[in-house]
Amino acid sequence: MFQRIDPGAAPGLRLDFEGRTISAEAGDTVAAALLAAGVGWFRETPVGNRARGPYCMMGVCFDCLVEIDGVPNRQACMVTVADGMRVRRQHGARDSA
Amino acid sequence: MSAWDAIVIGAGPAGLAAASVLAERGANALLIDEQPAPGGQIYRGIEQLAATRPGLLAVLGPDYAHGADLVQRFRASGAAYLPGSTVWQVTPEREVWLSGAGRSARHDAKAILLATGAMERPVPVPGWTLPGVMTAGAVQILLKSSGLRADAPLVLAGSGPLLYLLAQQCLAAGARLSAILDTTSAANERAALAHLPAAVVGGGLPYLRKGLQLRKAIAKGGVKWVRHVTKLRIEGTDAATAITFESKGRTERLPAALVALHEGVIPAQQMTRALGLDHSWDAVAQCFRPAVDAWGNSAIPGILVAGDSAGIGGARAAEHAGRLAGLEILRHLGRIDGAARDRLAASDRRGLAAHLAVRPFLDRLYAPPPDILRPADEVTICRCEEITAGAVRAVVAQGCQGPNQAKSFLRCGMGPCQGRLCGPTVTSVIAGALARPEAEVGYFRIRPPLKPVTLGELADMDAVE
Repeated sequence: MFQRIDPGAAPGLRLDFEGRTISAEAGDTVAAALLAAGVGWFRETPVGNRARGPYCMMGVCFDCLVEIDGVPNRQACMVTVADGMRVRRQHGARDSA
Repeated sequence: MSAWDAIVIGAGPAGLAAASVLAERGANALLIDEQPAPGGQIYRGIEQLAATRPGLLAVLGPDYAHGADLVQRFRASGAAYLPGSTVWQVTPEREVWLSGAGRSARHDAKAILLATGAMERPVPVPGWTLPGVMTAGAVQILLKSSGLRADAPLVLAGSGPLLYLLAQQCLAAGARLSAILDTTSAANERAALAHLPAAVVGGGLPYLRKGLQLRKAIAKGGVKWVRHVTKLRIEGTDAATAITFESKGRTERLPAALVALHEGVIPAQQMTRALGLDHSWDAVAQCFRPAVDAWGNSAIPGILVAGDSAGIGGARAAEHAGRLAGLEILRHLGRIDGAARDRLAASDRRGLAAHLAVRPFLDRLYAPPPDILRPADEVTICRCEEITAGAVRAVVAQGCQGPNQAKSFLRCGMGPCQGRLCGPTVTSVIAGALARPEAEVGYFRIRPPLKPVTLGELADMDAVE
């Protein structure tokens, strides 16, 4: 979907997405890293179980919600990637924790 | 807890300019921003990019590069800065509650400037919730902050300056841009002409020149550019696969894995609404804006609004408006008197007027199409709760009088985005169904927390000292 114009311009990092290793670059948001790795959808909606991906990339739409290091409902477009982060898709509604 | 002289919320052009002038003149100023680095959305990633990616800086152009000066001045000003911090409550008593790195804190100030900028107007067309459909701003953010370009067929659809700027940047970046579907209507083009002379005389020439340059660059790039487009519809089941549209009476279909929608930007209302400020309806730009005076003062003493969050004027206008609000806060604080404020404000007043001169022309030219404001019944308008325009019209037919009743009936505006993305459309749809003006119909009541904050974080908050 997206490719890097200048790969390697920033130091490389890795994150775990649903058990698979994805390479990212320092400064990426989680959403950018996933899109760069070809991940098109991030969650299924609680109401209609429909696939959703990032829409606004600036913290407004909340369509990019994912689970990061065990914490659900994180805005993937607002969280900067840290090496070794574990990211999972969300399916339907969250358990109230 | 000791109070700051001033807290500025938002590190875009208005916030950076305001925080700089405040700190330069000795005020104890704090700038709070949600992003990890200064620049707002318009100058997003400017510091990192200027230092490490000169090639990308060239792709993004000189108007983007201007942000580096603004950020440099801010860094040198001595203002305190809290990046990566999300404000989830602002009170009329001038308390700011924020969350950063998993902890919440409260800061008090003698004056607060809201410089929270704009968001892109929602573009509810059939299929706009499919993965692969984003805003034009989102595609530009990926370019600015991660150097990403589309390598699947990308269609830009809509109208407004950002659409053309993004098209040119995509071409310069070598993205796989397959078409521009321009929804600017012939009627808009005719109506805007009346505002052209004032734009030229008032100082808008650089904008008009830039617009023409962008158009020339796009034409030279050889990308398919369809004008007077209507009836956008994005196809796909689990992701966007194609887009259909009408032009000159014919329906066309283009393959598209990525669609970038844009119909202009509107003030971010969440904070000004939560504070209970009055908002007026702009009938040309079709959006609400908070009521503020020429210095940014709202009706609440010590609460000011500047930049696009007070009404869309663009980045350079926001910079001037931010400095004007900063000077006004310095007067509030007793650091300068009214005469000094006026003297220091003179060049920013002139600059602001010049940068705003083009707005009536742009607002009229890129006024959003009616079916974006009041979509067909089948179209989802609340993305979170998956509520269609038809469902809203149905409750209006049953007697629902406004957005807050619709929210109770349908849950539209109660999902994670807290009505940010459906609010404008819900107001317009209800206004249409009731045949009443938007100003009367009003808007969702917005309540804190303005962004999600965990119960644990609230419980861990230090007792107020």
